[in-house]
Amino acid sequence: MLEIKNIYKTFNKGTINEKKALNGVSLTLEDGDFCTVIGGNGAGKSTMLNAVAGVWPVDSGRIVLDGIDITGLPEHKRAPYLGRVFQDPMTGTAATMQIDENLALAMRRGSRRGLRWGITKEERKKYAEALKEFDLGLENRLETKVGTLSGGQRQALTLLMATMKKPKLLLLDEHTAALDPKTAKTVLDLSDKIIAESKLTAMMVTHNMRDAIAHGNRLIMMNEGKIILDIKGEEKKKLTVEDLLQKFEEISGEEFSNDKALLSNN
Amino acid sequence: MLDIMALFRAMPASVAQGVIWGIMAIGVYITFKILDFADLTVDGSLALGGSVAVMLILHGMPPGVVLVFSTLAGLAAGLATGILNTILGIPDILAGILTQIALYSINMNVMGKSNAAVSIDNYKLVVSLRHINQSIAVALIFLAAIIVILYWYFGTEHGMTIRATGCNEAMARAQGINTNSAKIVGLALSNALVGLSGGLIAQYQGNSDVNMGRGAIVIGLAAVIIGDVIGEALLGKHLNFAGRLTFAAIGAVIYYLVITFVLWLGFPSQDMKLFSAIVVAIFLAVPYLRGKSVSSFKKAAKKGAEE
Repeated sequence: MLEIKNIYKTFNKGTINEKKALNGVSLTLEDGDFCTVIGGNGAGKSTMLNAVAGVWPVDSGRIVLDGIDITGLPEHKRAPYLGRVFQDPMTGTAATMQIDENLALAMRRGSRRGLRWGITKEERKKYAEALKEFDLGLENRLETKVGTLSGGQRQALTLLMATMKKPKLLLLDEHTAALDPKTAKTVLDLSDKIIAESKLTAMMVTHNMRDAIAHGNRLIMMNEGKIILDIKGEEKKKLTVEDLLQKFEEISGEEFSNDKALLSNN
Repeated sequence: MLDIMALFRAMPASVAQGVIWGIMAIGVYITFKILDFADLTVDGSLALGGSVAVMLILHGMPPGVVLVFSTLAGLAAGLATGILNTILGIPDILAGILTQIALYSINMNVMGKSNAAVSIDNYKLVVSLRHINQSIAVALIFLAAIIVILYWYFGTEHGMTIRATGCNEAMARAQGINTNSAKIVGLALSNALVGLSGGLIAQYQGNSDVNMGRGAIVIGLAAVIIGDVIGEALLGKHLNFAGRLTFAAIGAVIYYLVITFVLWLGFPSQDMKLFSAIVVAIFLAVPYLRGKSVSSFKKAAKKGAEE
């Protein structure tokens, strides 16, 4: 269970570039919740995910994951609890290292890293099997450098790295935004499958309203660093893009100003 | 009239120098290639290793044991740069320069003056230019041991955290790696090797000098880059990590052979650093220029005009 309690974050405080990115965000995710997050540019979607991941400390508020208060933990100490996939396919993997080495690094997330071999034979077998299920043709290329893979392959690999060792929370930060539509769909379907099969608790930021509606059991909308809409259960299943746009205007008093979200609706 | 025999006579000494400096080149490989950190500490930590070695020998410590302390001194220098960079947030090049400058004073204090000599006549030095073949053998043993140890270490879980940090910090942190400590360990390890190399160089030439490390980073980079180019050309895809380390050391040998050759051609020795800088600049620029030859604004303009 993830509990975000009234978190605030202001960037560049006291300068001309001051940006109140998070303005009292509170959110509780139950175990097994798959929550999609939408909102315009600068609404605070990715900022909220980064706050949970510990990319920087929050100004105030608390973040509690399965009863563990992680507010004061630096990024690498939270990593054991989290699986993360980023918007940029380059961010989630080490390009100059092999596929199996990347997976081995992920498999040791949260364990003490000593002077044992960084990767064992049995592991390799396990990785090949896991990759086979992904159907990307990577299972026979374990020793390939990740840098030679396509963006979609790298995102899929990052997804496997994020979930192979079951995280308490999976954070997907617009992880299909940089991919072409067909690849984006493949990676999204893969995400769905993994979240369902491993019963993961997940948050997925997306620009695409349709994806936000089609995936997950819960949807939140953010605006100006706040959660302005939280829809779950039956209500979410009946949701349409028009409903969302209308609700956004009602609550925020302005038009939804995100071309990308509108365009992908047409 | 160029005397070809003089060139041949000078070659064994160049090889010996190259192998000893090759240890330093492997240190530079760790920061420059694995950690992606342009570490200028090297110039200071090399002289530190040398100063510590000579002073301890003069105080009666066996020259072999002395090398342990040269290594530890280099390690401490690397720690300093690592702490400046990670805990105090000073950019990598500047952190290295600060340590390097500080080491100038430290080296002066270690020796009490700007240089100190040890003679092979009075001490059983591990390597010496009076016994070139033996020196080459000793340095090769060191080199082989270092390559084996590093090959093992960078294959372990801990070594892999350093490789991941150098490749992609965001990814490393997301996988629970403390990138700050990975950088500190990498810098310490690298400068430990540089310190060891400094200790050997001082024994080889029979003295240490506060300026003996000046431009060492350039020699190190030259060795790493030359080794890389030759390694890729000879082995291509089959070039593994141990191979890359070996070629960094081979790069250092080639560097010294080239320097010897250029000196033999009659170039003045004071121009050697200029020569080294130009060689390194060319090697560093080639990949960039090669990319440019494929795609550049100039080309785009030309093509546009043709249409």
